[in-house]
Amino acid sequence: MADELVTSAIGPETIYHPVSTQPTGSGFEPEIVVFACHSCAYAAADLAGSMRLQYPATIRMIKLPCTGKLEVIHLLTAFEYGADGVYAAGCLEGECHYLKGNLWARRRVEYAKTLLAEVGLEPERLEMYTMSSAAGPEFARVATEFTERIRRLGPSPLKRASTAPVAAIAACASAAAHVQEGPSA
Amino acid sequence: MITAERKPFEEILALLAGHTKVLVAGCDTCVAVCLTGGEKEAEILAAELRIQAKKDGRDVHVEHTAAIRQCEWEYLDAIAEKVNEFPVVLSMACGIGIQSMAEKFADKLVLPAVNTNMLGMPQEHAVWLERCGACGDCVLGRTGGVCPIVRCSKSLLNGPCGGSHNGTCEVRGPGDEEIECAWQLIHDKLYAQGREDLILEIVPPKDWSKSPCGGPRKMVKREARPV
Repeated sequence: MADELVTSAIGPETIYHPVSTQPTGSGFEPEIVVFACHSCAYAAADLAGSMRLQYPATIRMIKLPCTGKLEVIHLLTAFEYGADGVYAAGCLEGECHYLKGNLWARRRVEYAKTLLAEVGLEPERLEMYTMSSAAGPEFARVATEFTERIRRLGPSPLKRASTAPVAAIAACASAAAHVQEGPSA
Repeated sequence: MITAERKPFEEILALLAGHTKVLVAGCDTCVAVCLTGGEKEAEILAAELRIQAKKDGRDVHVEHTAAIRQCEWEYLDAIAEKVNEFPVVLSMACGIGIQSMAEKFADKLVLPAVNTNMLGMPQEHAVWLERCGACGDCVLGRTGGVCPIVRCSKSLLNGPCGGSHNGTCEVRGPGDEEIECAWQLIHDKLYAQGREDLILEIVPPKDWSKSPCGGPRKMVKREARPV
């Protein structure tokens, strides 16, 4: 687990790194990017791991100092580079360490959903969740539920329509050292 | 400041139909402050265009850039190298910036991504209200600092009219919102200043030849012209 917070500019190489979650057998295994607040969801993921809770190995976490750091372009970049689903996980409303960062994030996620609809992607591929740092089971539940949602929606049309994301991922490989990787299941 | 709103995505796509190499050009002055066409918004629109094309299996090359101010030649020089890589520029600047781009880069197809809508002020965060019509003949001195040209639905110079009720206008704004009666505001302000007699004076018809109705306007500051 990386200890550093993402405090510098977040580029495509950070948002979508080339860790393959392609199916080992048959069936569709979604690739999901999670923007997690350092103070809550990221700690909740840690707790889920400590509790030995199972959740799908479909999510790739990017740690933020606060979900208020999240910009609309970060969400779009994840989709552009082939993510099947994206969600932000911030503190419970009223409990943001920076007062309103999670509320700003929710606004931005809602706005980004309208942009996804404009370009013809299902807005359901994007979501905002809130949880506390003690919510290990909640983290696992959200990861499982969202993975199921994306499984129902199927692979991102960007993957189906073009091989470009694969090329883009390869282009990001050299920058993978900068990736802020979260705890795994 | 000048405010603008992004055009509907479908309209932008229609403008770009058939073009595969596009530069989205933001402007980091007025349209950046009104959160419509700065570098951040240009980057978002470029990403949207790439995602949409990728989804449809179309091969496009879309990048973004931003000038500090698209309406001045010097700032366009700063992005000229980038612009010259692209045959089509989708400008997110106000109408002034778009025209400057089109004039500066005459061999490029410069298209608008926004609708310039008003000279407004941010009343509160992310809310802008129209405050000036650039009529060329300011009357604010006799109206208590409230512009009847853009804040009165009828642009009356001798108000209020019979459509003023309890401080609101009979005309409703977008979304059926109430509009404040500009002449009620003018009356209240003049009364507070002890200048309410002004409202009884009949103001003759305004010289609209100084407004856009009088044709394209030009301003020259002779004292500041290069010698």
